[in-house]
Amino acid sequence: MIPAQFDYVAPTSVADAVAALSEAGEDAKVLAGGQSLIPVLRLRLSYPSVLVDLRRVSELRGVREDGNELVIGAMTRHADVITDPLVRQYAALVAEAAGTVADPAVRHRGTFGGALAHADPAGDLAAVALALDAQLVAEGPGGRRSIAAADFFVDYLQTALSPDEVLVEVRLPKLEGQWGVHYEKFNRTAQAWAIVGVAAAVRQENGSIVDARVGLTNMSSTPVRASAVEAALRGTSADGRSIAAAAEHAAEGTNAPSDLAGASDYREHLARILTRRAVSAAAGV
Amino acid sequence: MTEELDAGMLATEIAEHPDALSAPYGGGELGRGRRRKEDAKLVTGQTNWTDNITLPGLLHMAVLRSPMAHARIVSVDVSAALEMPGVIAAYSGADLAAEDGALPCAWPVTPDMVHPDHKPLAVDEVRHVGDGVAVVIARDRYTAADALEAISVEYDQLPAVVDMEAALAEGSPLVHSDKGTNKCFTWPFAAGDDYEATRAKADVVVTRRFRQQRVLPTAMEPRGVVVAPIAAADEYTVYSATQIPHILRVMLALVTGIGEHKIRVIAPDVGGGFGSKLNVYAEEVLALVVARKLGRPIKWTESRSEGYQATIHGRDQIQDIEVSATKDGKLLGLKVELLADMGAYLQLVTPGVPILGAFMFPSIYKMDSYTFSCTGVFTTKTPTDAYRGAGRPEATYAIERIMDELAAELGMDPLELRRRNWIKHEEFPFDSICGLTYDSGNYEAATAKAEQMFDMTALRREQAERRERKDPIQLGIGISTFTEMCGLAPSRVLGSLSYGAGGWEAAQIRMLPTGKVEVVSGATPHGQGHHTSWSQIVADALGVPFEDVEVITGDTDSSPKGMDTYGSRSLVVGGVAIHKATGKVIEKARRIAAHLLEAAEGDVEFHGGTFSVKGSPEAKLSIQEIALATFAAHNLPDGMEPTLDSDYVYDPENFSFPHGTHLCAVEIDTETGFTKIRKYVCVDDIGKIINPVIVEGQVHGGLAQGIAQALYEEAIYDAEGNLTTGTMVDYLIPSAADLPHFDTGRTETPATSNPLGVKGVGEAGTIASTPAVVNAVVDALRPFGINDIDMPASPERVWRLLHPGGQRREASGTVAYGGVSTSTTSGGAA
Ligand SMILES: Cc1cc2nc3c(=O)[nH]c(=O)nc-3n(C[C@H](O)[C@H](O)[C@H](O)COP(=O)(O)OP(=O)(O)OC[C@H]3O[C@@H](n4cnc5c(N)ncnc54)[C@H](O)[C@@H]3O)c2cc1C
Repeated sequence: MIPAQFDYVAPTSVADAVAALSEAGEDAKVLAGGQSLIPVLRLRLSYPSVLVDLRRVSELRGVREDGNELVIGAMTRHADVITDPLVRQYAALVAEAAGTVADPAVRHRGTFGGALAHADPAGDLAAVALALDAQLVAEGPGGRRSIAAADFFVDYLQTALSPDEVLVEVRLPKLEGQWGVHYEKFNRTAQAWAIVGVAAAVRQENGSIVDARVGLTNMSSTPVRASAVEAALRGTSADGRSIAAAAEHAAEGTNAPSDLAGASDYREHLARILTRRAVSAAAGV
Repeated sequence: MTEELDAGMLATEIAEHPDALSAPYGGGELGRGRRRKEDAKLVTGQTNWTDNITLPGLLHMAVLRSPMAHARIVSVDVSAALEMPGVIAAYSGADLAAEDGALPCAWPVTPDMVHPDHKPLAVDEVRHVGDGVAVVIARDRYTAADALEAISVEYDQLPAVVDMEAALAEGSPLVHSDKGTNKCFTWPFAAGDDYEATRAKADVVVTRRFRQQRVLPTAMEPRGVVVAPIAAADEYTVYSATQIPHILRVMLALVTGIGEHKIRVIAPDVGGGFGSKLNVYAEEVLALVVARKLGRPIKWTESRSEGYQATIHGRDQIQDIEVSATKDGKLLGLKVELLADMGAYLQLVTPGVPILGAFMFPSIYKMDSYTFSCTGVFTTKTPTDAYRGAGRPEATYAIERIMDELAAELGMDPLELRRRNWIKHEEFPFDSICGLTYDSGNYEAATAKAEQMFDMTALRREQAERRERKDPIQLGIGISTFTEMCGLAPSRVLGSLSYGAGGWEAAQIRMLPTGKVEVVSGATPHGQGHHTSWSQIVADALGVPFEDVEVITGDTDSSPKGMDTYGSRSLVVGGVAIHKATGKVIEKARRIAAHLLEAAEGDVEFHGGTFSVKGSPEAKLSIQEIALATFAAHNLPDGMEPTLDSDYVYDPENFSFPHGTHLCAVEIDTETGFTKIRKYVCVDDIGKIINPVIVEGQVHGGLAQGIAQALYEEAIYDAEGNLTTGTMVDYLIPSAADLPHFDTGRTETPATSNPLGVKGVGEAGTIASTPAVVNAVVDALRPFGINDIDMPASPERVWRLLHPGGQRREASGTVAYGGVSTSTTSGGAA
């Protein structure tokens, strides 16, 4: 398909990008890697008046440490996230999940920030950001603000960003200590979106699980935390039976969609199975 | 770039398939793994796809399509579109109705077949989502797309007709109200003893209802067309991404009334078709009609989502099949009743597809009685037509699935059941119950080899162990022994089936003065590698270097005669035509050689490109020298025409019958329902091989496509007739990452009905693999009391069968083939 006409600007700083957005008003759209936005335009599901392309804004790219936080620039491409040594050290779950996104072509264009700003509940990274208690930093005409992941994902394809805000970076508390992580994605073909995905991080001490974070992909109109599973895991011993028992709570509080990829009862079942597998893998049992 | 595959690749190839690169035979070219002549161009982007073509003054066409499955068109207003800058013209169906004719169907399968009018643009009524309503012509493609949104169409919605059985029921809304019925035709066929009498003698009767889901052909290159007019002469060059430039030329002339001699059709590089480009499409006619009206070149290229609505779909049949047998597993009779979804209209061979399959249900088996009937049904969906295998995959699926069900019923090894019923090697040539003469075959050899490559014993043992310990991962083993009728087709047979054309193929050999050779072929490639294979055939026969042969295809000016490429016919018909044409060149060259060497013709021998005189080896002339002498024409036999060129039009006397044995092992995760192919072995017998690397490519692609039908692909319409799998997000196509390693092998039983001994390989993988995979899935699930699954066997489908009402079924029994007793004779879960 052919997109409708739009204007195009490619500023070189966040400030200019924000200025371009506030000038154009509601109809402007940020263009990052284009892997979600371009299909939307081609199918004529959206008619932006202007695209503000962030590819020249170099300050938005890259990974750095800031005290006990890991900071990933919004325009860092999936491929760079996956291979980044800091990400591997302090947020291996992000690298693992990003490695399951689509195919190499998409991973070399799509960005970490774009994936979160797009807020597709079937996307793999939102559940991870939620599970890891990420802070998302946005810049608008009024300056910068930090939004907790739990508040960022508002509804299907909707975030707390206002139209004149640019997502600048994502701050992740470093996972230090005895953490094990695993992302378990269930899809039918290697390139396909998750039917259900489970992001798990568990910390063990003396054979017991002392802390657990579990995020679910595609189990609601936003990514969700499997809080009941987390609660059930905390304090149990890290063995197969306890984990299986905790995983039985995985679908609680979810609102799984029914679509061509799977009916909601099937998704609920998958959430339980995949949570068991994800937590077991993260805990090394 | 045309040297043979490098040593490393060859070594791997040989290690994996000891006989894949069997010693070349004939003149040394046949059977060699030549690198494809086509590939350097393809991999360096120097191809000439239809969409790459640009011409001075080119205008772009966009088609406004119906968003509704069925509606009366109240009004179409294009005036706002016409006002947009850059828009040159816009037409509704009514505007073009006098010029755009009707799209052809060349296969009226019965005299009383209902054949509705099919306008390139709908005039009064739209009958499927994607039916064309209006066109816009603009200076660029962007403007054309924008202008579509400015056209306003008022529709009066009519009921959709989605389900075939409901469509045939009394009182159903009609797709074509003027026809009074949704039934297109019923085509009956019976052979051998009376079926009911045969059934009465049977110990066991097994029935099943299988569904061939609708699939969306997804060629790598989308469809496209460019029409360049010479207005003053009323002449047109039509570039189209088509498999059939020759047939298209005839049909465009008939549809538009433009003289056939005024239309030149060029199929430039074409990127795949699988049947979807074996058609005469609305856009081809519209581009031609509009180019004629405006006197300007016109281009149209489909988008993917547009193609999913406007390019033909494949399969879509409901198959009721019943097999009667003795308790020792001897087949007595077979009964097949099909419903075939035509979609809203008949495209080029829509009704003929299931009829092609009619002859293939009995497959490789002997039986006393066969009865078949097929009813074609209209629905408000995109028309179906030929899709890789066309009728034969459907038939093979049904017979191979029910053979496994019969084996389970009898508690017999499914391979043993097949062995007891197949035509034995020593019985060839064999007249099948349908009256086809299978010229050659060796099912025993192919099966023995496949079993050995598969290591059946070890896999059956592992299966038993997994069943025993109730492992969440269960193993299933599936078998498909198949044959197909290829090399379409003897013209007389096509005539007897009411098809509108013949099945011959044309070839021409031109000897150039410098000894190089031009080969003109009517078989038009769209990815298969014809230019390489044809060069090998000619180099082998004439003894000229492979590099000295140039193949010309795909342009009705330079390759004026042909029947094009489909139905695994190119080598078996077109390749044989070339071979025969080389024979004519050699015979004439021999006369000239005898004349020049002053020898008797009978004493001149031809070997390795050289004519020599028996007994005096120094008296010799190369074929290149003869070519030059013929060009000079100074000293030819009296009265001889000074040319070595030759033509041959070959009409085959019989079909060819490739066969093979495919074995598949799957692992099913019973917790999620996910199926993973653990091992896939195929042994195909396609007769003599021209190029083993091309064969390997055809087999791999075919397997991928057949496996895709078994596990992934499904076009879904909702109750309102919307295609809900309208983009590649929802229509799942597997990639290399999802497919297993293929263990391919071959046996070689040459066809006896053609001089090259070849049988065709374009469709084998697709035909055989679908039932092999589904048989494996059902085999894994059988201990749970499950004896059928609809395709594609998606994880959710498997899981639902394993968890009826949310409760997990328990497995019982660990018997290899039967699992639990399968006393049921109906489909679905026991
Ligand atoms: C074939 C295919 C398969 C895919 N499969 C998966 C998958 O399995 N899992 C998965 O997680 N993803 C998948 N994706 C999506 C991929 O991860 C995308 O890259 C991602 O969703 C969007 O990132 P992008 O950089 O391409 O953003 P874009 O497409 O450029 O933008 C997406 C949206 O976010 C907004 N946006 C982007 N960046 C910013 C910013 N910095 N500030 C404010 N707004 C912003 C845009 O305005 C737009 O609305 C797939 C994509 C394709 C094409």
